[in-house]
Amino acid sequence: MRAAGTPDVVVHGLRKSYGTVRAVADVSFEVERGEVLGILGPNGSGKTTTVECLQGLRRPDGGDLTVLGLDPRTQVRQLRRLIGSQLQDSALPDRLRVVEAVRLFASVGEGRADVDALLADWGLAAKRSAAFGTLSGGQRQRLFIALALVNRPRLVFLDEMTTGLDPEARREAWRLIARLRELGTTVVLVTHFLDEAERLCDRLVVVRDGAVVAAGTPAELVAAHGGGVTATFTADLDDAELGALPGVTSVGRRGRAYEVRGDAAALLHLGHLLVGRGTVPTDLRVHQPTLEDAYLALVGAERR
Amino acid sequence: MRPWGESARTELWLLVREPTTVVFALALPAVFVLVLGSVFGDTPDQGGDVFRGVGGATYYTPAYIALAAASVGLIILPTHLAGYRERGVLRRVRGAGIPVGAVLFGQVTVATVLSLLGGALVVATAIPTIGPDTADDVLGVVVTAVVGALAFALVGLALGAALPTARAAQGAGILVWFVVFMVGGAGPPEAVLPDAMATVGDWTPLRPLVTALQDVWFGPGWNLRLLGVLGAVGLAGAAVAGWRLSRD
Ligand SMILES: Nc1ncnc2c1ncn2[C@@H]1O[C@H](COP(=O)(O)OP(=O)(O)OP(=O)(O)O)[C@@H](O)[C@H]1O
Ligand SMILES: [Mg+2]
Repeated sequence: MRAAGTPDVVVHGLRKSYGTVRAVADVSFEVERGEVLGILGPNGSGKTTTVECLQGLRRPDGGDLTVLGLDPRTQVRQLRRLIGSQLQDSALPDRLRVVEAVRLFASVGEGRADVDALLADWGLAAKRSAAFGTLSGGQRQRLFIALALVNRPRLVFLDEMTTGLDPEARREAWRLIARLRELGTTVVLVTHFLDEAERLCDRLVVVRDGAVVAAGTPAELVAAHGGGVTATFTADLDDAELGALPGVTSVGRRGRAYEVRGDAAALLHLGHLLVGRGTVPTDLRVHQPTLEDAYLALVGAERR
Repeated sequence: MRPWGESARTELWLLVREPTTVVFALALPAVFVLVLGSVFGDTPDQGGDVFRGVGGATYYTPAYIALAAASVGLIILPTHLAGYRERGVLRRVRGAGIPVGAVLFGQVTVATVLSLLGGALVVATAIPTIGPDTADDVLGVVVTAVVGALAFALVGLALGAALPTARAAQGAGILVWFVVFMVGGAGPPEAVLPDAMATVGDWTPLRPLVTALQDVWFGPGWNLRLLGVLGAVGLAGAAVAGWRLSRD
């Protein structure tokens, strides 16, 4: 049995090449029990390869991997019973019917899965007897998510779960992740949607060129890499005085129009200064950095 | 145990829904036996050599039982399995904890049953229409057909594991099937084939099955040597499939 407090996933120094293509160069992170971890990164940065190695679907070239206390290289069988998985690119036979797929995937589970409830949950009740080949992209995606969850796994890997879903189905998927979180299921979510990452994930790992470039809570990433708060306003002030305010990193001016950058503290000091001067600019605008700013700063720089 | 049964059931439905299955495994062998049996009738020829001493209908009935197995093993199963690999179905299945062995087991089982069904259809078509002699040794026919069907299913597994796409598997499969069909005993009888073609035919896996089935249908009886050859062919197929599939 696993010692209490051991993370559900521990990856250290993962490496994997396909021939001469180095897909993963150095990836390390941990996922705590019950945590929702997001993996972000540009196309081809190695996200899918990483999660497939963790599921024992690909053989890593190097690194230490532990998933639910098991080694995906040697203990795949035990591992597969405990995890649920939604793979980015693999399909089902065109002629396979929805209900047959669910039955087949449920057959590895312990108990009896409630096929009809699951299909209803995912808006597939009407497609029960439809062949996989006739489903729309979003319907296929829903089926894959349903299949990932059919055996109530302890840990789920969702690779681009919401790609191709309509907005309503996407919300539905989000609600489901919230439900999984309440149940204490650990989730590893690969996504390109930053709103999704911010809303759903406890922590994020950003991968670029096969290596982790940043990790932390969404708020931490924004604070560290978002580039700070920007305040713009019109007033008569002294540039040097503004620059001397605690937390201010830069002051730009065009005529009487200022652009002041800094951290949250800088914003408070700026407000204090303005009010103290009896100057209350009516055009004051504050731009808070977003996860997108942080993400682009992390992966955009020096991209060839 | 549940995934094994469920896989077999799923594979059965999938293969049955495939139109090539119906055409190549079930319809063609029955149609061919009807056509050739009608053309040649069932009177032994003068010298008695062309059809191994019996009439055409009696000669071809066991041969087309064998052809059904060849259709399944050379065309249907390889196309199906290569398609699975091409589209990542095996990976998805594996990721869900369903042993790939369960899927392959399901495919081999279904393929074997399908071959036997195709063979049964040949017999059911031939007996009331072209009037072949009935089998001397029914048990021998059944056992030989089962061994042959299994051997061809395993060959199919190897082809499906080796060929990259469903399209490639189907193209190559139909080509090989056609050659095997013509020189392996289900087309012109061996006695009338030019020597070179007969030699090629000897090296196809169809010939041992055709001959072994004819031996129990109207010939000297159980051909253990050819059953051994079929067993070896099957084992070789299984080995190739196992080796290929364990590599990705
Ligand atoms: N089976 C494969 N054979 C050869 N190269 C591969 C294979 N799978 C992935 N690659 C390569 O490995 C690199 C990483 O691919 P991977 O699929 O892990 O990226 P990803 O981060 O998931 O990208 P995306 O956001 O587009 O899904 C890419 O350069 C890709 O071309
Ligand atoms: Mg990917």
